Amino acid sequence: MSKKITIEPVTRVEGHGKVTIYMDDQNNVRESRLHIVEFRGFERFVQGRPYWEMPVLVQRLCGICPVSHHLAAAKALDVIVGAGPGDGLTAVGEKMRRLMHYGQFFQSHVLHFFHLSSPDFLFGFDGDPLKRNIIGVAMENRELAMQGVMMRKFGQEVIRLTAGKKIHGTGAVPGGINKNLTIEERDELLKGADPMNADKMVDWSVGALDFFKNYHKANRKMVDEFAAFPSNHLSMVRRDGALDIYHGVLRAVDAEGKTILHDVDYQDYEKYIEEEVRNWSYMKFPYLKEYGKEKGWYRVGPLARLNTCDFIPSPLAQKEFEEFKAYTDGKPNNMSLHYHWARLIEVLHCAEVIRDLLNDPDLQNEDLVVKGEKRHRGVGVLEAPRGTLFHHYEINDDDQVTLANLIVSTTNNNEPMNKAVNHTANAMLNGHAEITEGMMNAVEVAIRAYDPCLSCATHALGKMPLEITMINSNNKIVDQKIK
Amino acid sequence: MNKKIIATTSLAGCFGCHMSFLDIDERIFDLIELVEFNKSPIDDIKKFTKQVDIGIIEGGCCNSENIEILKAFRENCNILVSLGECAIMGGLPALRNGISIEECLEEAYIGGPTVQENTNKILPNDDELPMLLDKVYPCHEIVKIDYFLPGCAPRADLIWDALIALVTGNEMELPYEVVKFD
Repeated sequence: MSKKITIEPVTRVEGHGKVTIYMDDQNNVRESRLHIVEFRGFERFVQGRPYWEMPVLVQRLCGICPVSHHLAAAKALDVIVGAGPGDGLTAVGEKMRRLMHYGQFFQSHVLHFFHLSSPDFLFGFDGDPLKRNIIGVAMENRELAMQGVMMRKFGQEVIRLTAGKKIHGTGAVPGGINKNLTIEERDELLKGADPMNADKMVDWSVGALDFFKNYHKANRKMVDEFAAFPSNHLSMVRRDGALDIYHGVLRAVDAEGKTILHDVDYQDYEKYIEEEVRNWSYMKFPYLKEYGKEKGWYRVGPLARLNTCDFIPSPLAQKEFEEFKAYTDGKPNNMSLHYHWARLIEVLHCAEVIRDLLNDPDLQNEDLVVKGEKRHRGVGVLEAPRGTLFHHYEINDDDQVTLANLIVSTTNNNEPMNKAVNHTANAMLNGHAEITEGMMNAVEVAIRAYDPCLSCATHALGKMPLEITMINSNNKIVDQKIK
Repeated sequence: MNKKIIATTSLAGCFGCHMSFLDIDERIFDLIELVEFNKSPIDDIKKFTKQVDIGIIEGGCCNSENIEILKAFRENCNILVSLGECAIMGGLPALRNGISIEECLEEAYIGGPTVQENTNKILPNDDELPMLLDKVYPCHEIVKIDYFLPGCAPRADLIWDALIALVTGNEMELPYEVVKFD
């Protein structure tokens, strides 16, 4: 008797996601799907709005990494107002935006690690579900929970002082920014009372990385084998091959490390990337056009970034990067749980960059905006915490938006997340007639490794609720577990 | 003192209001001394296990699932609070209210510049997906809402003050800075 297993809701960002798993008569996984169940229609309803609204409007896609959308839209509009793509701004313009962006990366990654992932590592994937959340962490290990809360607070303060507001700020405008950083503001971040200062954040980042590395050491086989599968990897890199989350060119490598997209200009992104529509999800499935739907899909995010870049331009993170690369003999790392490792190396990099930027006197300059000759089309791309983010706008002579195309980070990871769910379902469920709590959490852990925006939402507060129902072919519920 | 019980959810929102809730920062350690969480993304309670004192709603209603969850909150919570612009007036997602849902879907899945040639006009329509509503509705048009906390997102201090007022039963102060938009 064949069965369908539903996991609902998996999570929520712009709404809810859910998983269905179809089992055959022998209780083996026949097919699995991660559905994104909400639709908001941004591409259509921004049409007709004045272009300068975009950075504040489209950031409301996501309250967890609004700065990503704010800046990607601003970068597209830089092109439209003739300031050039990414590197055409004044020094203070580019550096303030970078500070805002690295501040956001820091808070978003910290949130994912401490508030959402640390409960799994602290209590075990099959630990007491009532304790597996940030309150449980606070009860068990107050120091760890406090570090997470204060590190996130620091990142949010960086955003507030650069964007004017912690959530949905207004710092970036077409061609530049609307404020610089005063000496007083700088010192709040640079010389704040312990622990609220940049040096402490670098120290704590090293500590968080050690926490994960120790966990890896103690659970090597599980961490390495869990939802591991080969894929291509795509990200933006700086022109010289360095990790850069604000500006650069597009590069992709295959599972063996061969370059398959050669540092191309993202203004032409639609030459290289196409999206497939499937009727069972509101999230589209992107792939590299040249390689087609079957072979062209790719991973994005922290793991992909460390697989595509040549080096990290800050000393402590570079040292960690070398260790990370050596673990796979310099080849791309295709292990899903290693996303956590890569993410924490990026946390350290962000802390170093924030500290160095704060010491840069350019942040006090007053030439905030660049103007040029108006154009009708602009593309803005950057690395959001969860991966490569594309914004593309076209406008008419009345400055109204006529076209908007957004490929958000989590969409780029749609196929990999479906693959990860499938791998985990096969590994955990095959041959089992009954569902256990541990099986459900394993599927959850696989999705969570990607920190998808569809899960980061609920994850932000600790834990996503899961409901798994097994239904037989006569639509009769044969087993149900709720946690 | 008995701990008050709180539940939270996010409907058609961006989770920014929940993020702002988290921006109470280290006060979260004080909060968990005062309250206990029931159904919420913060824990594993998927269905209400008892009557709740305070329910906090982020986001408006854009699909059938949002409506079901909102009604369950009204049924199980003594006090319901609409948190942020989307819950209060539909917010940014309500920009689609003047446009037909077909047009929105076609733009995203057929007309977009990177969409593969979609000659069969495949749109997401699987039985597993909830029904989209004709427009985005604010929460108080679906159920009775007792309190409204404005802002996009409402500031953490506002959320904190309101929670403390509701938990202690003391009236909260409402200076101009708190009631003005965003």
